[in-house]
Amino acid sequence: MGLLVATIDLFITCLNDALFPRTGVAMVTLFERLGHVVRFNAAQTCCGQMHLNSGYREEALPLIRRFVDTFSGAEVVVAPSASCVAMVREMYVKAAEEAGDNALAARATELAGKTFELSEFLVGQLAIVDVGAYFPHRVTYHPTCHSLRLLKVAEAPLQLLRNVKGLELVDLKVADQCCGFGGTFSVKNPETSTAMMVDKIGNIEDTGAEFCVAADNSCLMHLGGGFSRKGSPIKTIHLAEILASTETS
Amino acid sequence: MDAKAEILARIAASNGRAELAAAARPKTPAPRMVPRPTIGSVQAQFVRYAAEYKALVRVVKGAEVQSAVRDALSGEKRVAVTSDLPQELLPHEARLVVDHPALANDELDRADAVLTLCAVAIAETGTVVLDGGIGQGRRALTLIPDHHICIVREDQIVDSVNEAVVWLRASVEAGRPLTFISGPSATSDIELVRIEGVHGPRRLDIIVVESQ
Amino acid sequence: MSGGGLHPAHSFTEEARENLRNRQLRANLGFATKTIREKRLRVTQELPDWEDLRLQGAAIKDEALASLSENLLQLEARVQAAGGQVHWARDAAEAREIVTALIQKHGAKEVVKVKSITTDEIELNKGLEEHGIHAIETDLAELICQLAGDAPSHILVPAIHKNRTEIRDLFRDKLGADLPTDDPAKLADAARTYLRQKFMSAKVAISGANFAIAETGTVCVFESEGNGRMCLTLPEVLITVMGIEKVLPHWEDMAVFLRLLPRSSTAERMNPYNSFWTGVHPGDGPKEFHLVLLDNGRTNVLASPVGRQTLRCIRCSACLNVCPVYERTGGHSYGSVYPGPIGAILTPQLLGMRDQNANTLPYASSLCGACVEVCPVRIDIPEVLIHLRGETSKSWFERMAMRFVARAMSSPGRFLRAVKLARFGQKFFVRKGVIRKAPGLGGWTASRDLPALPQQSFREWWKESRGRES
Repeated sequence: MGLLVATIDLFITCLNDALFPRTGVAMVTLFERLGHVVRFNAAQTCCGQMHLNSGYREEALPLIRRFVDTFSGAEVVVAPSASCVAMVREMYVKAAEEAGDNALAARATELAGKTFELSEFLVGQLAIVDVGAYFPHRVTYHPTCHSLRLLKVAEAPLQLLRNVKGLELVDLKVADQCCGFGGTFSVKNPETSTAMMVDKIGNIEDTGAEFCVAADNSCLMHLGGGFSRKGSPIKTIHLAEILASTETS
Repeated sequence: MDAKAEILARIAASNGRAELAAAARPKTPAPRMVPRPTIGSVQAQFVRYAAEYKALVRVVKGAEVQSAVRDALSGEKRVAVTSDLPQELLPHEARLVVDHPALANDELDRADAVLTLCAVAIAETGTVVLDGGIGQGRRALTLIPDHHICIVREDQIVDSVNEAVVWLRASVEAGRPLTFISGPSATSDIELVRIEGVHGPRRLDIIVVESQ
Repeated sequence: MSGGGLHPAHSFTEEARENLRNRQLRANLGFATKTIREKRLRVTQELPDWEDLRLQGAAIKDEALASLSENLLQLEARVQAAGGQVHWARDAAEAREIVTALIQKHGAKEVVKVKSITTDEIELNKGLEEHGIHAIETDLAELICQLAGDAPSHILVPAIHKNRTEIRDLFRDKLGADLPTDDPAKLADAARTYLRQKFMSAKVAISGANFAIAETGTVCVFESEGNGRMCLTLPEVLITVMGIEKVLPHWEDMAVFLRLLPRSSTAERMNPYNSFWTGVHPGDGPKEFHLVLLDNGRTNVLASPVGRQTLRCIRCSACLNVCPVYERTGGHSYGSVYPGPIGAILTPQLLGMRDQNANTLPYASSLCGACVEVCPVRIDIPEVLIHLRGETSKSWFERMAMRFVARAMSSPGRFLRAVKLARFGQKFFVRKGVIRKAPGLGGWTASRDLPALPQQSFREWWKESRGRES
């Protein structure tokens, strides 16, 4: 028996809001199908990850404050992005402390305790591995660095995927190696980023999968951009969209 | 300000400022005595791991040591030894080259092999340690000859690196140099192909002597 | 490639771009790092208390650094009591001066050297050559690099960028070795013959140190080939150059590092030889021992509460072997004797964050965190990378762009307006749902397409489907 929750606050992320709204829509579909009430607090914008990771601490702070203000009152906050959740859980408190704002640090600590990535929320909190999804395709899973190493979601996404009806899951070689996105790294060191992308794409192609799935659209945008450029039929898809998919959808 | 004073001043300034951060750090966790999986007995593990480094390891009873040394020498004649090495360990036909007074480097180079005892041996890693004690000699003795035969008494084998380090404290406090030896010398510098034997003795024989 | 030392000649991005084209390098490196990665995993999983060991290692190093002055003073006293001499060097130039003077005092024109990254850091060999003193590198890989006029490209396997045929040709040319084959065993044999004669006749040897114990005044070198033992034992005079951060407080601390270092570096239970010595010991080894304690920017690193964990480093190179960036760009891309993840945080800090090229190194990372998992002393490299990014100066253009984005994110209204603006602006560049080229996006679009912004953002969909904004 998992966590009983009245309302799930969705943290969509700025990237998904603008570029991958279908992932957000999938989250809504999925949670409502599972019988939950979801809320989208429109005051949210961005968690500040890009700024904080790129050395713009000063610019990130107002974004951090806004995020904490927006979600402090939530019961739980769930996001379809391991990297943004890692930002909230691992970086917010340190950033607040470094800025000498202990009040913010305290609120950030509290918020960190109730902010989750989608797969760890479903499996770890709601104790669900079978969401009643249907996706009759050959799929390979890329474990993003933040989900793997910072949040340590480990098996959760795989457990969920294994329970999707019709889905054939194939193992990815050297899965735990970074795809090369790395935020601003992708444009500050584009050649290296591309070299890493090429190897990851090669390994994905070797699986014979039609879809590459992951818990972060940032990595998928980078890989997808590579597939698109080479004219490959392989498509990238977010975990939420597979889980939202049913026989009637 | 001289270099020493300046460096110490910089350190003091840095550590002063970073004091709070350092103070917040957890203290060293006490080492847990975690039972390690030993394969068979401590002796068996030592033998197996030492052999994995391509050392040739023989296990014999006390009375058999001399013939084991003969075996290890396999025809080699000139054996360098310390003056305090028990001579009954050597086969009669061996020509002893005693390092007392100290042999010149090229004399040592002409020795076919060197025979020593050891200070302690470590099962966790298959290592023998020399500390210049009885039957071990100065460091050059076990370095220049191309073949090192090392006798290890069973009761000298300890389970873990921790135990060995604790045991060796006395030698270190007495200012004695130590050499840990884990197999013959090796390199993997050419395309990561491991090549046994560069400068240290290219052949290492270990003879473990069991107590009766 | 840099001229040795710490100062990269170019930015990481420029070097990487060049080195990424080197197929041989990438093949060698890929193979080498994969091999060591797998071995390391096996040999660390063998110890059930491996994670405890890492915690102990980190704690011992932090404590050692917190009482660094006391430890260095005690080390000095004990080395002197044991008949050794201690010198202090504020920077590379001073260290070179001290070593040169010592060698000149003994009238030696040729000295033998054990591999020491610290001596590479201070560009010792070059400094000695200027005074007519030739330092012979005795590690096989360092010898190879020296003969080739190359800089080492990996902390542990410095000649990994050379294959056997290149090495054979080198030995033929420079050593006059008769080598009909490029069989590695024969190559090693040629090196042995050449160097043995040098070991026996050299009067002065130079080494680095892996660790020094304050309590007993003991210094140690971990090695594989035996050239270390040769240099530390045969010559009359031994000069050891050691970074001040290498000192450990107690003899028993050695047990922790004897277990952490070999398994993390060469992925062995123990490397072939570990040599420990205290000052001079009559009748055994050098008659004269000099320990040169080197700062060269370490006190800069010590001053930073977030950055000082960098000084825990025990130079194992485990981080290099798991880094996807290092694996593809190679050691030379980092332009310093310290490559890979550790190099990206150590080099710029040693230079006081004042070197513009070194300051590009904190960006040579996708922050994947693979290094964190393997560092035996638990240095949180991504944490330090991000911290250092905050300490570098940014281009005006980049600052404006980041501020613009931050402003757009400062309220839902601004966010939505920015999205609408982008949706409008992209019209000129979208073909079949993707953007293949657009001004200002060249870094991305050179190798990847960008998806077009959909016609409706999530918040617009929510508002439309729920009939309210929130």
